[in-house]
Amino acid sequence: MTSKLTRRFVIAAGASALGLSALPGAARALTEARARALIDRVVSDINRVIASGQPLTRMIADFERIFARYGDVPIIARSTLGADANRLSGGQMRDYVDAFRGYISRKYGKRFNEFVGGRIEVKDVREVKSWHEVRSMVYLRGQSPFEVSFLVSDRSGQDLFFDMVIEGISLRLSERTEIGAMLDRRNGDIGALISDLRTSG
Amino acid sequence: MIGYVPWHPTQDVDVAVTPTLPFAFRRALPALVLAAVSLVAGCAAQDPAATRDVFDPYEAENRRVHEFNRGVDRLLVRPVSKGYTSVVPDDIETGVVRLAENLSLPADIVNNILQLNMRGAFQDGARLVVNTTVGLGGVFDPASEMGMAAPTNTDFGETLHAWGAREGAYIELPFLGPSTTRHTYGIFVDLFTNPLTYVLDSPESLIGTGAGVASGLSQRERFSETIDQILYESEDSYAQSRTIYLQNRRFRLGGTAGEGYTDPYDGAAGGGAAATTALEDPYDE
Repeated sequence: MTSKLTRRFVIAAGASALGLSALPGAARALTEARARALIDRVVSDINRVIASGQPLTRMIADFERIFARYGDVPIIARSTLGADANRLSGGQMRDYVDAFRGYISRKYGKRFNEFVGGRIEVKDVREVKSWHEVRSMVYLRGQSPFEVSFLVSDRSGQDLFFDMVIEGISLRLSERTEIGAMLDRRNGDIGALISDLRTSG
Repeated sequence: MIGYVPWHPTQDVDVAVTPTLPFAFRRALPALVLAAVSLVAGCAAQDPAATRDVFDPYEAENRRVHEFNRGVDRLLVRPVSKGYTSVVPDDIETGVVRLAENLSLPADIVNNILQLNMRGAFQDGARLVVNTTVGLGGVFDPASEMGMAAPTNTDFGETLHAWGAREGAYIELPFLGPSTTRHTYGIFVDLFTNPLTYVLDSPESLIGTGAGVASGLSQRERFSETIDQILYESEDSYAQSRTIYLQNRRFRLGGTAGEGYTDPYDGAAGGGAAATTALEDPYDE
């Protein structure tokens, strides 16, 4: 957090020192670089976890830390609720975001053992609508590489990713379907959803 | 990362994503496919892919088929794939997967040509030549080791897409799993696009079918965590396989994914747009 602010300050200070901020298009170029820088850190953290060879529970905990640090968990969680998000009180929303973070971390983190011996490489960045898409390739042993994109935005006030798209399959869209199904099954009971999310995934 | 990672060079991607069955069944069960094709013939004229929506007018029927497919997987495919992969040595298994892949190349080349994708046709052709000769009929994969382009793994559904046909409705096919109107027509036509079926006589032509079935079993096991997660851990495995299939299929046909999303930071995200699956900016709030 503090390191992020510091880094951004340094970049901003550096840019203005160079007079870049006066140039048209400079802000965009800067954001591309920043989006890539964010995902570079995500990827290097993930690669470290993959290479660590630690037990799965530790990997899951590490994944949760990466997710919480570089991802905008509140906005991801909120958008998986769809219109139901408006029904939640502030306290419920905090509980939901918290439960959602754990659920996603367990569900996706437990797949890390399939990544042992593999690695991820950042490929390119491009501006798409109001965000940046950072594309990376995943190389796993004995398998052809596949594409994972991170959608990065600074609209939260920080540079954070708000989606992860694996060969076209968006985490946020897939989880919106899943959370929607869970909510339906519980007749729209948010409390029941939150308490069940704490143990599922 | 982690999430759904259901593919491999030597495999038909959307079949792997498809929680149900291997492409061999496409050949094994033409009758069912025919039935399905006639079922969906003359479908809607809109293109749900354009909006990233789910167009599922046959949901009730699809859900029944989904339950059937889940039963087939639970009682037959899953246990058989576990047995097969534990009994057969890994090297042989890999060889069979590669053989199935190699045997599917002629049909891919035909489809590439029909799509006017000459580059793809040439790449698949080169791969076919190298793997059939140096790779001893396709049991080995020297093409990939030499760094040749990945196989296109195309199909007639993609050809229809290239020709401007719309996606149509979502359909879950018995044994074959998730599909669309367009993809279902494609599967039917692909029963005839493989030139090998015209060249080979009866016993030899079964090699392709056998290799395809075996290769499907290998893939069921290889991606068992992903597939089990979708089929047995989701609270609505039908909706989950539907969204995953459609997202992946559209990604394959449309190239990159990003354009289709919308900013979740835009207001509608948390609010009104709940019903749509469009990827919007969550910050639009």
